[in-house]
Amino acid sequence: MYKYDTYDQAMVDARVEEFRDQVRRRLEGHITEDQFKPLRLMNGLYLQLHAYMLRVAIPYGTLSSAQMRMLGDIADKYDRGYGHFTTRQNIQYNWIKLEDAPDILADLASVEMHAIQTSGNCIRNTTSDQYAGAAADEVVDPRPYAELIRQWSTFHPEFSFLPRKFKMAVIASDIDRAAMKLHDIGIQIVRNAAGEIGAAFYVGGGMGRTPMIAPCINPFVPIDQFITYSEACLRVYNRHGRRDNKYKARIKILVHELGKDEYTRQVEEEFAHLLTQNIEPPLAELERIKAMFADPPFETGLSDELDRSDPDFALWLDNNCLAHKQPGYIAATISLKPVGGIPGDATGEQIRLMGDLAKQYSFDELRVTHAQNIVLPHVKKADLYALWQVLDANGLGTANLDLVGDIIACPGLDYCSLANARSIPVAQKISQRLAGQAQQIGELKLKISGCINACGHHHAGHIGILGVDKKGVENYQLLLGGCEGADTSLGQITGPGFDEDGIVDAVEKATSFYLSQRQDGERFLDTYRRIGMPAFKEAIYG
Amino acid sequence: MKILTGNDLKTGAVTWWDGVQWSLHVEDAVDVGEHADTILAREQAARRVNAAYAIDAIKDEAGVRPAHIKDRIRALGPTVRPDLTLKPADPAAGDWVI
Repeated sequence: MYKYDTYDQAMVDARVEEFRDQVRRRLEGHITEDQFKPLRLMNGLYLQLHAYMLRVAIPYGTLSSAQMRMLGDIADKYDRGYGHFTTRQNIQYNWIKLEDAPDILADLASVEMHAIQTSGNCIRNTTSDQYAGAAADEVVDPRPYAELIRQWSTFHPEFSFLPRKFKMAVIASDIDRAAMKLHDIGIQIVRNAAGEIGAAFYVGGGMGRTPMIAPCINPFVPIDQFITYSEACLRVYNRHGRRDNKYKARIKILVHELGKDEYTRQVEEEFAHLLTQNIEPPLAELERIKAMFADPPFETGLSDELDRSDPDFALWLDNNCLAHKQPGYIAATISLKPVGGIPGDATGEQIRLMGDLAKQYSFDELRVTHAQNIVLPHVKKADLYALWQVLDANGLGTANLDLVGDIIACPGLDYCSLANARSIPVAQKISQRLAGQAQQIGELKLKISGCINACGHHHAGHIGILGVDKKGVENYQLLLGGCEGADTSLGQITGPGFDEDGIVDAVEKATSFYLSQRQDGERFLDTYRRIGMPAFKEAIYG
Repeated sequence: MKILTGNDLKTGAVTWWDGVQWSLHVEDAVDVGEHADTILAREQAARRVNAAYAIDAIKDEAGVRPAHIKDRIRALGPTVRPDLTLKPADPAAGDWVI
């Protein structure tokens, strides 16, 4: 894992003291809320429905045991005993007091964490593949490149006041587990025929009000130029992005309006200019970072055999675990989606427990997934049953990864000031309604957003749900056919919306129809793509 | 009726204007009539409330009820965590929110 050097630590510590002074001046009345708001947002502090909300950055979703324990301690000490893991691999606390915020940031800084780049029109926390460093299919570990982006983008003077927020993701395998093409910039680290490492750039994707899939504008940027190329992409956006209309300010609108070819031409022109400026970080820095992401000291010669005699364990093993690149090891996903639970929430006690289990079983490392779960990336297969028993005893052993109960849901109107409808109760009802059929239904990614901003990724759900405000009453639109993988697609609205109970019924009708129509080996998405919207629409509304 | 709501500057807690000060309980909210802007300007300048605004509400035998669902949820707490609402011991307390 990356470790702060003295520059990183000094920068974060200075930011804590700067914010402490800003909070003091606000509380003493020396600055107004209008003056203070952009300052608190630069430190991840929002004002939501019930209280201040603090969003803490978890760069590329990677955490150490000590960091995870600190997140649990903060939940208990400053919040109401829980935290909410988000679709940007971050964590949010919903009940923060302004006067406590500087102390929380100081506690975070003590474990090399902060809340920078979690709000505002800057380059946000970069996300990545939750199985980075463990997956057998990756070209390289993508996290050193994400870390270099973090260092380049943090406090970047030219990109601190972009037209709108800017989200980047980095992956290094053909299977996209980070919704890479639905980012402002998605980068896939690739290897060319000559064996050289480079970066494929996908620019102009996103969800929200105007969902778009990012086109590839350059399939291979040499790896020793990828920061320069990123700078060129941002610079063209910063120059031409719409600042007069926030709904048209994201880079996806610029790429769409200019056209991919013209945007790419301008990027390449800027790139050629920037190459003469020699702005790329030295390769030695990348090598320094990469050394910190070296494989942990895996044991060799381990058996891949597992005792499957406990059927509950076998089910969890089949659902929640991924083959590891190292024989004898496995990557285990801890579901934060118990049946009827609140997606992404974990108590302080559970958070600390997961941190302790990472120390005991996973070389001191955890990952937060964009699907709001936690991964222990490097578990010895011989330890897996013991690990699962502890998880199961503490409400963390649900065997539902990528099943219908593994629902992504934004905080919605229960917590968020932007939301138009509640997301969480809908998730809970669907989870409960379909729990008994989840295994039979198989892979089905269901995603719920409480407003058009799409924090719940509803456009990318095999089944997506969008909550809207219909004359002051919650209403839910149903979408089908979205997908966030290598074959990314955007969900299409089925038709008229539903009330809270109606949307649960509609989802059940869709899954029942799928079960009646599927052919051998077909997932819900496959069947939908084969038979199309009209048939599903008839089943849902007919 | 028009009532005023905002958040406490220090704690962020949802508050309601009761005619004299800011209360945690929507039942205490009073009709401010045409005086919303004056009260909001004075109270925010004095840092007794943050991000305050006026909303429509009704008052009946059950109490003061904000017109919009968002403010009704603000009035009590998240519907999915009754233990974290203002009335955790009363499971029926949120019946009027949705």
